[in-house]
Amino acid sequence: MKPVAGRDAVINSFARRHHFRLLEATPWVLAVAGYFLLPGYLPLGAQVFATILFVLSTDLVLGYAGIVTLGQAAFFGTGAYTAGILAANGWSEPISGLVAAAAMAGVVGLLSGLIILRTTGLALLMQTLIVATMLYELANKAGRWTGGDDGLQGMEVWPIFGVFRFDLFGHVAYVYSLVVLFLGWFVARQIVHSPFGRSLTGTRENVARMRAIGAPVARRLLTAYAISAMLAGASGALIAQTTSFVGLTSLSLERSGNALIMLIIGGVGRLYGAFVGVPLFMIAQDRFSEIDPVYWYFWIGALMVAVVLFARGGVLGLLERLWR
Amino acid sequence: MTEAALETHGLSKSFGALRVANGIDFRLEKGARHALIGPNGAGKTSFVNLLTGALQPSDGTIHLNGAEITHLAQSARVKQGLARTFQINTLFRKLYVLENVTLAIAEREGVARTLLRPAGHYRAIIEEAFDLLESLGLADAALQPVGVLAYGRQRLVEIAVALGLRPKVLLLDEPAAGIPSGESGVILSMLERLPAEISILIIEHDMDLVFRLATTITVLVQGSVLVEGSAEAIAEDPRVREVYLGDRKR
Amino acid sequence: MSGLADAIISIGFHGLAFAMVLYLISVGLSVTMGLMGFVNLAHGVFAMLGGYVLAQLMSRYGAPFFLALPAAAIVCALVSIPLERLLYRRFYGGEELDQVLLTMGLIFMSVAGATYIWGPLTQHMQPPHWLSGQVNLGFRHFPAYRSFLIVCGAVLVTGLWLGLERTRFGAQIRAAVDNLRMAQAVGINTSRLFMLTFALGSGLAGLGGALGADLLAISPSYALQYLVYFIIVVSVGGLGSIRGPFVAALLIGIADTGLKYFVPEFGAFFIYAMTMVLLLWRPQGLFGRV
Repeated sequence: MKPVAGRDAVINSFARRHHFRLLEATPWVLAVAGYFLLPGYLPLGAQVFATILFVLSTDLVLGYAGIVTLGQAAFFGTGAYTAGILAANGWSEPISGLVAAAAMAGVVGLLSGLIILRTTGLALLMQTLIVATMLYELANKAGRWTGGDDGLQGMEVWPIFGVFRFDLFGHVAYVYSLVVLFLGWFVARQIVHSPFGRSLTGTRENVARMRAIGAPVARRLLTAYAISAMLAGASGALIAQTTSFVGLTSLSLERSGNALIMLIIGGVGRLYGAFVGVPLFMIAQDRFSEIDPVYWYFWIGALMVAVVLFARGGVLGLLERLWR
Repeated sequence: MTEAALETHGLSKSFGALRVANGIDFRLEKGARHALIGPNGAGKTSFVNLLTGALQPSDGTIHLNGAEITHLAQSARVKQGLARTFQINTLFRKLYVLENVTLAIAEREGVARTLLRPAGHYRAIIEEAFDLLESLGLADAALQPVGVLAYGRQRLVEIAVALGLRPKVLLLDEPAAGIPSGESGVILSMLERLPAEISILIIEHDMDLVFRLATTITVLVQGSVLVEGSAEAIAEDPRVREVYLGDRKR
Repeated sequence: MSGLADAIISIGFHGLAFAMVLYLISVGLSVTMGLMGFVNLAHGVFAMLGGYVLAQLMSRYGAPFFLALPAAAIVCALVSIPLERLLYRRFYGGEELDQVLLTMGLIFMSVAGATYIWGPLTQHMQPPHWLSGQVNLGFRHFPAYRSFLIVCGAVLVTGLWLGLERTRFGAQIRAAVDNLRMAQAVGINTSRLFMLTFALGSGLAGLGGALGADLLAISPSYALQYLVYFIIVVSVGGLGSIRGPFVAALLIGIADTGLKYFVPEFGAFFIYAMTMVLLLWRPQGLFGRV
């Protein structure tokens, strides 16, 4: 006894879930405003954008595909070093360098995924850490290319399109990073709302059910893993190109761990957790770790424990609850 | 002899010394309403797991509509028209009821691997899912998360998801499990209305449902087929009564 | 002695010492992950704590080595109890991500805490003078402390394994690892078992950290720095296994020492690569359950 109007209402409502909401314009409005209102903070802003992209890639693999990883920095670092090594050895065009870095990271993601995604749970978690540590060791020892412990120096980054030179005040870096973030976000958003993205959510929710409806689960997870690696690689390249430096920390457990912290603070699996968690974390870090790095470390750890205990959905989760 | 919808020859599975399937020869005819019964621990769910590919056999073969599927992956068997429901609800609890079904249809249509078009664009899929829910009396719950529904209705969603795959062969693992006997009528009437072309194998303990739905019954005991025949014959069979003494649902 | 033979003996010796340390630290982690289904990334914190307690007792309070060592183990075991009761218990068998985040947060707090209390530098460990110098075993001299380490480790491991086989507590652990529900059904108080097992594992880790301070230097970032090693030992050994990590520790200890000697440029890399290959072939580890 369903009137036609009810049927259409339900179907329309469901079919329109991916439509843009006004609220989604907020980060971009704020970012553009930041360019004009906070001219002293442009280099930090560029870093924030690149890190948002990195944490977004983590959200994709963790919050959507449900793969818990301690080694996302492997892809970030691969992208950073690829862009860095290219720029230090003559290939200084930034955009192609970025693309190459993302591609390289994607390849590493694909290969490592093929090996490690055969397992799940704790074994998989440990293997993500081992992969990242392997790459760290590789970068550490291949000093001729990577600069080893001292980091990669001598990077030369040409102006974008030959016109926009990277300046000391970060104007070009800010816009460049923002545009790349925008593109990455757009891709991520499309994926999340696509049938593929929905199937990822299904896999995360109930993998037995997914198999029982004929989904090639392993293939889907591998695809998600590789895409997330590409985005992470792009973010690494951004940092490398805008700071003209790549260090071993770009492959470190700390880098992966920080991404997890920022994501959980913002809220996992909601696409915008990165946009909330990263600025909060990085601005706080910029402030407090100067004052006393030990205190900062302690309270960030305590915050993580607190969030896991009391506010598992992060800031966005709390807002969702308030909304109801 | 006409081609069977599903058949097994000498299907066996052992876990070390434990034989859960002992050379099972089984035949599901096209359009059948076939029940598999047996006491607890007989190996019925293991048999279904072997059929769907969740479990690999130690020996024997399985054919689906004439094609061998013994070593085919689970997802491939689904593509060939084999669908199942689970004894315990295995659904996407946090997702909408409607989405549970659209996910299945999207897999069937090969749409699920699309990366860059929004799922909402595939209106035909959403409409088909809604109509399917409506035919099962679930339309009003379409935009509710599965987890908030009463268990009995979740059981119906479980069947809806399987039907969304447009299977040729449907394996129902205790569809009435967990539902109080008074309410199993809803499940039964829904099962009676399933399209005649689908070949159905149903595992059940609820004898009421079995005798009202099934025309053929196979009795499985400790991994082996004890006896197989029409519903009337099985009801009369003394061996079956003996096996079920003290074990009957009603 | 010929150079190569000498090198091999040396590698075997130092590798064995390293293996003992790795095992003592990691066995607790293996059991925690296998028994309670809890990813305790912060396990290394107890090893670090054991090292600090030993160093402080000896240098600040002049405690003798053979008293400070068990004291370190006991302190770690005691500290672990409220941690397990109040915090870890809520997450057993729960979402992996929660456990990862929780224990990472604890690592961060411990790094900060250790820096605050003991400063950012590495603790210098002086073995007691009756253990410094060399020991003459006839055909060769060996460093005395490392020899002690091996002997001490062997005694502890033997004691552990015997305890596991012969005591009731050991039987309860084995039963619970094998089949938790069954263990509960036969009346084993698994909640108390978890607490005691965790305390034992943490105590052993503290002991391993204290004993091995000369191999794995004690510093605030200990838990992060050496996390990979513990994880590799546990995953190669097999979660929940008690003997498995010993074999894994032997393999890793000797391989690591050998590779650092023969191919120092890429030593650690090979260990990781070999681990990945092994896990590819046997994802449950050598002695884990599928």
